[in-house]
Amino acid sequence: MSTASPTTGTPKRSFTTSAAVYVNERTSIAGFVKELGRKAFPDHWSFLLGEVALFSFVVILISGTFLTFFFQASMAEVHYDGSYVPLKGVEMSVAMASTLDISFDIRGGLFVRQMHHWAALLFVAAIGLHMLRIYFTGAFRKPREFNWVIGFTLFILAMAEGFTGYSLPDDLLSGNGLRIIDGLVKGIPVIGTWTSFLIFGGEFPGTQIVGRLYSLHIMILPALVIAFIALHLVFVVVHKHTQYAGPGKTPQNAVGPPILPIYAAKAGGFFFIIFGVLALIAALFTINPIWNYGPYDPSPVSAGTQPDWYIGFADGALRLIPPGWEFVWLDRTWSFNILVPLIAIGIFIVLVLMYPFIEAWITGDKREHHIADRPRNAPTRTAIGAAGVTFYAGLWAAASSDILATHFWLTMEGVIHALQAVVIIGPFIAYFITKRVCIALQKKDREIVLHGYESGRIVRLPGGEYIEVHEPLDEYDRWRLVSFESYAPLMIRPNARGKITAGQKFRASLSRWFFEDRIAPVTKGELESGHGEHH
Amino acid sequence: MNRQKRRTGRRHPLATVALLAIGLVFTGGAYAALSAGTTAQAEADSTSQQTIEEGKKLFQANCATCHGLSAEGTDTGPSLVGVGAAAVDFQVGTGRMPMQMQGPQAQEKPVQFTDEQVKQLAYYVASLGPGPDIPDDHLVNGGGDAANGAELFRINCAMCHNVAGAGGALTEGKFAPPLTDVSGVHIYEAMVTGPQNMPVFNDLNISPEDKRDIITYLKYVQDNRSPGGFELGSLGPVAEGLFIWIFGLGAIVAITVWITAKSN
Repeated sequence: MSTASPTTGTPKRSFTTSAAVYVNERTSIAGFVKELGRKAFPDHWSFLLGEVALFSFVVILISGTFLTFFFQASMAEVHYDGSYVPLKGVEMSVAMASTLDISFDIRGGLFVRQMHHWAALLFVAAIGLHMLRIYFTGAFRKPREFNWVIGFTLFILAMAEGFTGYSLPDDLLSGNGLRIIDGLVKGIPVIGTWTSFLIFGGEFPGTQIVGRLYSLHIMILPALVIAFIALHLVFVVVHKHTQYAGPGKTPQNAVGPPILPIYAAKAGGFFFIIFGVLALIAALFTINPIWNYGPYDPSPVSAGTQPDWYIGFADGALRLIPPGWEFVWLDRTWSFNILVPLIAIGIFIVLVLMYPFIEAWITGDKREHHIADRPRNAPTRTAIGAAGVTFYAGLWAAASSDILATHFWLTMEGVIHALQAVVIIGPFIAYFITKRVCIALQKKDREIVLHGYESGRIVRLPGGEYIEVHEPLDEYDRWRLVSFESYAPLMIRPNARGKITAGQKFRASLSRWFFEDRIAPVTKGELESGHGEHH
Repeated sequence: MNRQKRRTGRRHPLATVALLAIGLVFTGGAYAALSAGTTAQAEADSTSQQTIEEGKKLFQANCATCHGLSAEGTDTGPSLVGVGAAAVDFQVGTGRMPMQMQGPQAQEKPVQFTDEQVKQLAYYVASLGPGPDIPDDHLVNGGGDAANGAELFRINCAMCHNVAGAGGALTEGKFAPPLTDVSGVHIYEAMVTGPQNMPVFNDLNISPEDKRDIITYLKYVQDNRSPGGFELGSLGPVAEGLFIWIFGLGAIVAITVWITAKSN
């Protein structure tokens, strides 16, 4: 064809073909589109949670760009002269006044501001749910450990984005939030006070912080988020998507509709649905009514002052510390009421970040995994996850201890003590209950595979005996129930010098803890002999 | 002559009626003028006397169990000598008194008395010793400066009542109630008398005009719903977080299930 003269070759092509050829001749993009467009994407609702996060981030970018046209990140003092009557003439920073102008005097400003904020809440919530899905299905295992770390970094970056945004309007709520951060920083021994002065450019609140947070919020953090999202998605393409066990699904393939055209169309439509849901929420529900809070003033703190939900766990940790953990020693104030929650949260974050490596070390499993686990088939991991969720939820709930007290007619002290118990004892209870539930569910699966499911049909045998007829599973259902891996605890082996090290013993004991209680999947042999004794 | 006599002697048929009317108007007017003076006097007297008597009866029937027969206080209720009419008007007028049960603080409930009875009780208690009076209408009708009131409210009231007056928690089961449907009179009375766990904001602390401004702000919040849509209780980020998790993410998860559902 290429040897034919251009005037005779082109008229036969349709417009789209010509356009595609035109572009391809100049970019050689066909190979890329062919490769990417043919990638299969397994279909399951839980695989769309990451997309929810991605799409809310797109909404945040669009609405945020609009807001930057009107927001002024300055702490210069002005007297408000906009249309909200109960703030007329009140002295406030330009940041606060411009946010009020966005809310009351710029067409569509309040809608976009509310959409930006609601989308931010949804963004972090979707990341959280997405991470839980990854964790409980074991989708972080080799080769996806780095992607877990990247994703978790995104979660932290999203929280930083959220907090810096929450602090920008310079209203009472954001100032109270910054004051707590200032207190946290000042509570760090030796460097605390200096660090606080560095952050705020002098004594809190100073006249610098809003401008600094603005640079972080609209330039540095979004750039990092975009870079990490790109990396995250590249790894998803490189690794292929995980899938649940099923007939025809192997670790070597990915079964599902191809990206082009089906999946891309679905995802494109899904973006507009997310956009629509957020627009609906933003149009109907108030978020962060800064006009109620008024300009920041260090003296007032409103009842019900809380951070946005994703910082709640940190606020809750501060609230749960009993009184009297701050004392003077060596002529210095030691604020263990601040250090203990900081350290506890720090350890928690590092454990979550490193979990894929910790589990890989304990199990000694060096194989690649592309089939997602059902949570019940990894009882110890699921139980650890439930314990972590309980710990986090306890801290999170503590951030709303006052609202819990007023709305459920409880005493504040009662709520705090109950949540202290939830945070400290709760994870253990959650661990044991979850593990037992998982094992019980595995036993039930085993029972169903071996003997079929109960049909509800009672039959009287000639001898007078009544039995319930069990129907055998079809092969597709059975596949789902039997295809999982069962691990045995690691054996302690002597090293090259014939010694068993303490590290080895520790690892073996962890491995025993992980795999001691386990239900092996039904084997082919068991299945065949099981058929013999079938009712 | 005869005609003249007749004319002079003859009375107009309506003369009697007119005379009667004049006489009646005169005497009636005089009576009314006189009696108006006397009845006004008599009513004022009965305000102090009859009203107080009525109030005392009501008090002894409904309040004396806890506050004592002459409001001197008992182990279960404080003395009311010197609390003033404002305190009674607030406590009884919002239904907090008579108290339903002993607890961390008196709960609001449907008002147990008519307005007249509340006033009778208030003036009876006011007669026992000097105390803050029920405020004048110009202080409580919301005609002040909302911006000044909002600032004062944030500084003095919001730490317990929340910036939007949505209420908040205190220690040991006590709480600051929402101010979303409290009348101006009751807000004013609460400030000057400090009911339950609320501190007293006397006139040196917050002047009557400033109190009027605070009421003006609260009335503004009561009358103007949030420009951003439903307020979710004005409870702040907790309500917003719950909303996005349950309704926002909930709706979206339902949509993901729908998108990935296999068509039949």
